[in-house]
Amino acid sequence: MSRKISEEQYKRNLSVRFKKWISGETDPYLGNMEITPKKEYAPDEKILRKHMADQTRIISRTYDMEHNRVYRFFNWFYRKAAFLCCIVLIAILILTVSYLPKTTDPGSPGNNEVAERYITQGMQETGAVNAVTGMILTYRAFDTFGETNVLFVATCCVMILLMLEEGTKKKAEDENDARYEPKKDVILQTIAGVLCPIIFIFGIYVILNGHLSPGGGFSGGAIMGAGMILYVSAFGFKKTQKFFNEEVYKVAKISALCVYGLIGSYYYITGANGIENHIPLGIPGHILSSGIILPINIAVGLEVACTMYAFYALFRKGGL
Amino acid sequence: MQIFQMILLGFLVVCAISVSFSKKLLNSILIFMSYSLVMSIIWVLLESPDLAITEAAVGAGVTSILFFITLKKIEALGEEEDKDE
Repeated sequence: MSRKISEEQYKRNLSVRFKKWISGETDPYLGNMEITPKKEYAPDEKILRKHMADQTRIISRTYDMEHNRVYRFFNWFYRKAAFLCCIVLIAILILTVSYLPKTTDPGSPGNNEVAERYITQGMQETGAVNAVTGMILTYRAFDTFGETNVLFVATCCVMILLMLEEGTKKKAEDENDARYEPKKDVILQTIAGVLCPIIFIFGIYVILNGHLSPGGGFSGGAIMGAGMILYVSAFGFKKTQKFFNEEVYKVAKISALCVYGLIGSYYYITGANGIENHIPLGIPGHILSSGIILPINIAVGLEVACTMYAFYALFRKGGL
Repeated sequence: MQIFQMILLGFLVVCAISVSFSKKLLNSILIFMSYSLVMSIIWVLLESPDLAITEAAVGAGVTSILFFITLKKIEALGEEEDKDE
């Protein structure tokens, strides 16, 4: 209790006296004198019983499904309306599909001058044999940059939501340590030991050959990410952290995004201002050809592989 | 080839309907996984192998694994799992 006011003043204070009179408590300031004796609390049986009866009646009235007319009507209406909505939606979608052009129709609106340009001059202008990758990473490199950023932001959001902080992380690991340890599954470990190298090599092949054969950065990165998930689920996080921990993750992800940004911005600036860019296109069909496609493919592949693995690790144990 | 494509498309429809009608969440994830796998075969038949690779890796692989982990986190994987732990 603060002693800003003197004791005399405190005693004379109206609010203090009123409080004493009401509550009847002993005042620590004034000594142990009781002013009014406290009454013992004795609930009236009648009132209590009436109260209980009211309560049960209200509950039974409101939650009486069989006799509550509004509720029954709502239930009936809800089911019918949901069914009707589904039917209408299906009908609209099927009707729309019936208006779509057939896959081999020459007069479909997809066959315009843009697609013609991609097919006839795409190989000369981009140097890529695989027209899809050439289109995605040169004509539409800006869109793909946006998609890569979306992946980056998505991982950041998952991190914000699921990443455990240092203190809680240790606690959680102590509590269910066995959960992250791999069960010694012979079948899984043997098959993962055989398959993982093949999957990694296939992923790298798909990334590096993105401009020559089907595939590209996104597909190859997804394959590599899936391979890493298989490795983790077979051998556990301790073994994976030897070659892929949080530091490696940060460096790989951010440098991949920056490399893409730099190469991309050089390409956009030269393209938008009509300046000739000095990236050689090479001979179509060679592995070192097609200008910016190969480095961008590698950057996108790294980004996607990191994202896939990070999703898994964050969902599984809340950290990399 | 036309008949094969028809069978695959019919499989897609059956999968899509049975995902929403299966009672167990684990079963619906497995059906969803097979849906993605069949979809990737259809992408190959439609001459877009780029999409087929991505669909097989992302749709059938990573997405289903993330679903599995989520089910394990919220402890909805089923009774057998509970007995083990």
